[in-house]
Amino acid sequence: MFRSSIGRKALMAVTGFGLLGYVIVHMIGNLQVYQGPDALNAYAKMLKGMATLLWGARLTLLVLFAAHVYLGVALYRENRAARPIGYVRFQYEQASVATRTMLLSGLVILAFVIFHLLHFTFAAVQPEYAEWKDPAGRPDVYAMVVHGFRNPVITTSYVVAQLFLGLHLYHAVPSMFQSVGLKHPRYNPLIRTLGVVIPLVIVAGNVSMPLSILFGIVGTSVGG
Amino acid sequence: MRVTLHVWRQKNARSEGKLVTYQVPQVDPDMSFLEMLDVLNEELVGKGEEPIAFDYDCREGICGTCSLVINGRPHGPEGGAATCQVYMRNFHDGDEIYIEPWRARAFPLIKDLVVDRSAFDRVIQAGGFVSVNTGGTPDGNTLPIAKTTQEKAMDAAACIGCGACVAACPNASAMLFVAAKVSHLGLLPQGQPERARRARKMVAQMDAEGFGNCSNYFECEAACPKEISVEFIAWMNRDYLKARLTEPDTVTPGMGAKVGPSPVAGHDATAKKHPVA
Amino acid sequence: MELDAKVPGGPLETKWERYRSDVKLVSPGNKRKYKVLIVGTGLAGAAAAATLAELGYGVEVFTFHDSPRRAHSIAAQGGINAAKNYQNDGDSVWRLFYDTLKGGDFRSREANVYRLAEVSLNIIDQCVAQGVPFAREYGGLLANRSFGGAQVSRTFYCRGQTGQQLLLGAYQALSRQVGEGRIALHTYAEMLDLIVDDRKAQGIVVRDLRTGAIRSYTGDAVILATGGYSNVFYLSTNAAGCNVTATFRAYKRGAAFANPCYTQIHPTCIPVRGDYQKKLTLMSESLRNDGRVWVPKESADRRPPDQVPDPDRDYYLERMYPSYGNLAPRDIASRAAKKVCDEGRGVGEGGRGVYLDFQDAMARAGEAVIREKYGNLFDMYHEITGEDPYRVPMRIYPAPHYTMGGLWVDYNLMSNLPGLFVLGEANFSDHGANRLGASALMQGLADGYFIISYTIGSYLATKKAGRLAADAAACRQTEQEVKQRISRILSIKGKRTATSIHHELGKLLWDRCGMARNEQGLKKALQGIPALREEFWHNVSVPGDGDDLNQALEYAGRVADYLEFAELLCLDALTRNESCGGHFREEHQTLEGEARRDDEQYSFVSAWEYAGPDKSPALNKEPLRFQRVHPSERSYK
Ligand SMILES: Cc1cc2nc3c(=O)[nH]c(=O)nc-3n(C[C@H](O)[C@H](O)[C@H](O)COP(=O)(O)OP(=O)(O)OC[C@H]3O[C@@H](n4cnc5c(N)ncnc54)[C@H](O)[C@@H]3O)c2cc1C
Repeated sequence: MFRSSIGRKALMAVTGFGLLGYVIVHMIGNLQVYQGPDALNAYAKMLKGMATLLWGARLTLLVLFAAHVYLGVALYRENRAARPIGYVRFQYEQASVATRTMLLSGLVILAFVIFHLLHFTFAAVQPEYAEWKDPAGRPDVYAMVVHGFRNPVITTSYVVAQLFLGLHLYHAVPSMFQSVGLKHPRYNPLIRTLGVVIPLVIVAGNVSMPLSILFGIVGTSVGG
Repeated sequence: MRVTLHVWRQKNARSEGKLVTYQVPQVDPDMSFLEMLDVLNEELVGKGEEPIAFDYDCREGICGTCSLVINGRPHGPEGGAATCQVYMRNFHDGDEIYIEPWRARAFPLIKDLVVDRSAFDRVIQAGGFVSVNTGGTPDGNTLPIAKTTQEKAMDAAACIGCGACVAACPNASAMLFVAAKVSHLGLLPQGQPERARRARKMVAQMDAEGFGNCSNYFECEAACPKEISVEFIAWMNRDYLKARLTEPDTVTPGMGAKVGPSPVAGHDATAKKHPVA
Repeated sequence: MELDAKVPGGPLETKWERYRSDVKLVSPGNKRKYKVLIVGTGLAGAAAAATLAELGYGVEVFTFHDSPRRAHSIAAQGGINAAKNYQNDGDSVWRLFYDTLKGGDFRSREANVYRLAEVSLNIIDQCVAQGVPFAREYGGLLANRSFGGAQVSRTFYCRGQTGQQLLLGAYQALSRQVGEGRIALHTYAEMLDLIVDDRKAQGIVVRDLRTGAIRSYTGDAVILATGGYSNVFYLSTNAAGCNVTATFRAYKRGAAFANPCYTQIHPTCIPVRGDYQKKLTLMSESLRNDGRVWVPKESADRRPPDQVPDPDRDYYLERMYPSYGNLAPRDIASRAAKKVCDEGRGVGEGGRGVYLDFQDAMARAGEAVIREKYGNLFDMYHEITGEDPYRVPMRIYPAPHYTMGGLWVDYNLMSNLPGLFVLGEANFSDHGANRLGASALMQGLADGYFIISYTIGSYLATKKAGRLAADAAACRQTEQEVKQRISRILSIKGKRTATSIHHELGKLLWDRCGMARNEQGLKKALQGIPALREEFWHNVSVPGDGDDLNQALEYAGRVADYLEFAELLCLDALTRNESCGGHFREEHQTLEGEARRDDEQYSFVSAWEYAGPDKSPALNKEPLRFQRVHPSERSYK
């Protein structure tokens, strides 16, 4: 089944759906930054506490992510091969910018994810993060985040990446339904709405955090 | 009015092609696009030059023979029309017009603007039918069919097999063509017994022909002269996935149209790929 | 030449049933040993191919198109007749039979027409089972519409695309057999000659249009289902590729050509524009339900239509045929249009057009109703002419549309050449001198699905399976002739395009042998055609070579055949010194200008036999005997 074109597109949709779910959960978790250091650090501690769940989730994510990326690239290559000689002139009629740049936005997101992991999870960008502890002795995720986003370069890169994520999702959300055939004239307007609302919410949520830190709205308790 | 054409000329599949520029000085706005090319060809033939090869037959938008990517759009600037239904009124004096063939690996070029679309035939041969022999069928009114169902099936059945969907798709995917047939037959009660098998076989053959995958660009829908909706693609996706998840595995990719010896002696295997070298 | 129609004995109503019980059969195990070559994949050819392959015969199919689905049948719009009587309006096999026979002006073979009406019942069932999405009522049952020449509603349809859907049904059935390896399909394969050996049709010579390769294929029987020859007129409603080549080549190899002068001119087509057009577009006959046909009363009147007040308009169909009015039958409406245009009262370019006006209908029923009924046709007209028919009346003019004539066949659909069968529009059998709307599709499918499957057995059962070797002398000889002809065409290297010569031929035929014909004109045409032929063979320009796709060469070959065939057409028209159906001889009309048949002398089929180059063909007559029906005068007053 997963050798067929439709099967692989369905897999693309399903893995994408899983990743979308993660992105939403991740965002909701992170929004606790607005509740202050205690909430966020407690949340981080709780996650760390559930080791099997955490690693299970991480493994699943990794598989989903790898499959999604692999399929994306593989399909792209096949699709290029399906038209060995291109047109001298070609005019798009209805494909949106998002649709036409899926590979690009996907690759930007891939790069961003790697950077993001290195930045916060592995603390490879700013290694001192690994040492930071809050008064309760928990890893001080809050301080780490605030510190990180006070850097305009980092914040900008996060914002840009989120915009690409939004673009990616703008095509991906309705596309998921199309690829697995979950469509019906009655629900199609809903799908179209979701296609706009989901990316907007995610981008807004994710972008608000670094920006409010950068502009000093959040994180004033953390020293320079 | 006067137009300048840049036309893809290529002697045959083996040779190199290039865009050649022609002037057509006296174009009547009431001419169809193909009539404008006819006039140019008459002039070329009169001069002893080879005319531009392009496909056409019925000239009323139903046979699906005509093609041409005109200024980057399959079947030209008018929506919902085949190239033969495009009129020069849609162009302006002094326009530069690029004319290219359908481009897809599965549609090998034969000459100039003519490509071989027999891949479509092989997809149908793999399963695009209801397996009833002639005779012994029940009375036409035995099974009532809801008018809405019949109308929807007809929307899909309206496909003329021109290949514009493939030409328009950045991936050269044939999903709209295949989906139209899978949906047409799958919607009707007569198509039910073979519904799962049909979807699987046709998709397998589609893949074997070397068409690209569907990335939901929906350019096919915009180019389709019969304005067939991409909703049918969603329909086929579901049908196919359901078939794969619920039916035993008996179809392997590419086994759609049989290749190999046939009981009819002395014929070239018809279902082989790309019969033109 | 012996013309035995082989009509079975017994009462008309039971002939076909008895025939089927009596016909010799080929046993299932033996069918495989026979090979049938089928040329053409329209309704007739595709249906025959699928059916014969299902039965187990070895089948090879040829079409010059790139796919079987492109055959011209795809373009039929209106619908298909069948005597189902689903509407409970009194239809019956007899009524369909009688309407068809009368519509054909009693110039068809009674037994064939009766069988057609009988078989029509099965066609609809077959097509529904294949998934043809016929129009339906809200209750889910099949819908019908009415068509010309009938008082019942018996026409089945799929929007305006009936031919397309029926052909796709047949094409899919054919494709199934191809996929299962039981049919060898040859596309881009143009039949250029018939191989006759031992006075039997044994094979065909085919050119692969992509490579130019010329090859013989041999079989136990050959079926031609290659469509009609309206394109001899250059401009017609037929697709550009429609041609007479296959049937005419068979004629030159000994098959009789029947009634070539029976051609149908359809009254409602979009008039000719410029001299660059290659084909004309049909506007559905149904428009005449609401449109009123008129021209100005005075030939000098050049005012735009909206400025011509009612008293200055001549609604000539309503005037001449008060009871049928704008719905007069095709041949009659066409001739009336020609008449008013000949009087100089025609409108539009060159004065060859009449108005089809919807203003009154829109005033009566409202524009919305008209839009709903005919919206797509109005759009099509708008697209082609650039004029908005909601504001300005349409302009229409008759155009060649269908050819009733074709190769002569007996009740078995076999020509006088044993082993050569002819189906669909390519044969002459069922429509006499005029065809009714929605009955060509019926005939093509009847021939292909339900008749040939029995009748071919009557021939094969008497023949030992086995075919000519592809390198037999007859094959090589025929191939040689085909090759020589092609190189001759390529070597002329003259100045004129085949199109311009074809155009000239078409004009000559249209003027002299079109809607109305007379002795003098036909004689003129018979002088003009050889001169054009001369011109072609000395001055045609066909660039390129014969070794790959060469559309100019394909076309020139077809034009060469038209240039010979046109002569046969005119000769037939000259010889048939009566008026009947689509054949209107001005010398033979009633006082009111209606066609006058001469049953005493002309109740026969003209079957022309090729006599050799530069010799006049021989006329053979198959007398038409009516067992149950008495030919009467066709009146639509
Ligand atoms: C515009 C239009 C509308 C019509 N509407 C109706 C309608 O509503 N109802 C109705 O009953 N009839 C209608 N007709 C008539 C009807 O469509 C045709 O008579 C009928 O479809 C002919 O079918 P066929 O199978 O005989 O031939 P076709 O469909 O013409 O098929 C001919 C086949 O022969 C092949 N062929 C021809 N020559 C060669 C060769 N030399 N070598 C190899 N292959 C060859 C072609 O490739 C093609 O496959 C209409 C006709 C026209 C023009």
